[in-house]
Amino acid sequence: MTKLDRLGPILLPIAMILIWELACRVFEIPAFVLPSPLLIWGALIDNLYIIWFHASQTLFTTVIGFAIAVVFGAILGIMVGSSRFAYTSLYPMLVGFNSIPKVAIVPVLVVWFGIGAVPAVITAFMLSFFPIAVNVATGLATIEPELRDVLRSLGASQLDIVRKIGIPRSLPYLFASLKISITLAFVGSVISETLASNRGIGTLMTQASANFRIPLVFAGLVVIALMGVVMYAIFAIIEKRMTGWATRGTTFGVGG
Amino acid sequence: MKNLVELIDVSLTYGKTLAVSNLSMKVPEGSFSAVVGPSGCGKSSLMKLVTGLMPATSGSVLVDNKEISGPVSIVGMAFQNPNLLPWRTTLQNVLLPLEVVRPERHQFRARREEFVGRAMDLLKIVGLENFADHYPWQLSGGMQQRVSLCRSLIHQPRLLMLDEPFGALDAFTREELWDVLQAIWLERRFTAILVTHDLREALYLADDVHVMSNRPGRVVRTVSTSAFSRPRNEHTFIEPAFNESVMELRADIRRQRMPIDVAAVSQGASKVESKA
Ligand SMILES: Nc1ncnc2c1ncn2[C@@H]1O[C@H](COP(=O)(O)OP(=O)(O)O)[C@@H](O)[C@H]1O
Ligand SMILES: [Mg+2]
Repeated sequence: MTKLDRLGPILLPIAMILIWELACRVFEIPAFVLPSPLLIWGALIDNLYIIWFHASQTLFTTVIGFAIAVVFGAILGIMVGSSRFAYTSLYPMLVGFNSIPKVAIVPVLVVWFGIGAVPAVITAFMLSFFPIAVNVATGLATIEPELRDVLRSLGASQLDIVRKIGIPRSLPYLFASLKISITLAFVGSVISETLASNRGIGTLMTQASANFRIPLVFAGLVVIALMGVVMYAIFAIIEKRMTGWATRGTTFGVGG
Repeated sequence: MKNLVELIDVSLTYGKTLAVSNLSMKVPEGSFSAVVGPSGCGKSSLMKLVTGLMPATSGSVLVDNKEISGPVSIVGMAFQNPNLLPWRTTLQNVLLPLEVVRPERHQFRARREEFVGRAMDLLKIVGLENFADHYPWQLSGGMQQRVSLCRSLIHQPRLLMLDEPFGALDAFTREELWDVLQAIWLERRFTAILVTHDLREALYLADDVHVMSNRPGRVVRTVSTSAFSRPRNEHTFIEPAFNESVMELRADIRRQRMPIDVAAVSQGASKVESKA
């Protein structure tokens, strides 16, 4: 990586913020249409405590929903990837489920579980398990047929093949999907909070926009984006640590 | 000598494709057989039949004089692609079959030291004793193929099945590995079946070379190499009898190729000329 490559991810947002700030001043855009970065920063500082009150809730529901998604998604992926029967019977249903806009399910969840953390956790879970399951299944389904033959000729069962080859082989795919999934989990939590909650960044933004506190709405957006980036980075680092073997020599170019 | 493998009038179909038919072949215990034939004639299918990975559509496959009905656990296999597990070291890769095959899988922990010793012996024969703790990405293609060979032999199989194991290697590495394989075989004397498209490789390594026909494949001729003494070495290549055998096999394979209608080709050419 050259110096420029390293600085890129920092320089680009700074440049964008500068252009934004400049545009707001030059064109005299009213704050209730598009607040300038300086105004948003001000709103962030002024409301630090209340933002933390809501953000911590969002973080909590996201992480819980995501954790359930990892366990469920990995198990589902192993099933779908290692058994033809599970694949043919489950896959159409999964694709159908994934096509449903989760916004449409939140009201149902509210009827079942009431307003609050539970619908947010479930929405975060529903949005984030799919990429995990698909990636794990891909890792298992793409085992080289000859390697499979080597083990089968030794009397290995399907379970042996999954344990010895399938699961370790699908780990890079799993970790690649985690960093995508965690950002989707945030989206899920915030959707649910926006519709039905009295705590969370989504709630904060709904309330702020109802009161025409547009800079605060944007401050909420910034906080969500920051939490997403930090979580993504954490899982990107874990991925690198856990599956270094996959990125050496051969390339495993699988994202979410 | 007793036959370890015997195929009697075997056929195999994939859906509508008839891959092999009327295939008969005998492989005596302790011998080294090679199978050559045009591409797509069913050589890999033959491997699957003999190892029990695929049931024959008709005919019978006998291993150890018994008709087989599923994977026979007495085989080791190696392919063109070494297929090593990238998260395992050389030694761990070689040990893999012992974690799977019965009864060793249940004794793996108790006899680990003995198994590691076995693996190291094999790695020494192929010249990789100093690479036991390396990962596959630290090894060249030829070294990976040596590891794959060790993995196929670690559980001391009675039958070694090799499907074009040297096909992807450069000529120097390939000839080096012929000698490695010959050395292991001379020491251990397991039964071996080698599928290859390299006629010199087949004659150099095997006792019997079976020539297969176009698809649907069957054995059309079996050539014995008993005239060339073992161990074979670079002098074997310049023996007139060796080169004659290569020529004969080549002619056999040529006859198996899709016939090219020479008359039609020259007619087409003259048409183009007359137009010009
Ligand atoms: N799994 C399969 N499904 C359908 N056809 C197959 C399959 N495997 C092999 N074949 C066909 O059977 C024939 C023999 O294949 P194979 O045994 O791989 O030949 P070879 O190894 O001699 O090149 C080929 O025509 C191939 O297209
Ligand atoms: Mg083949």
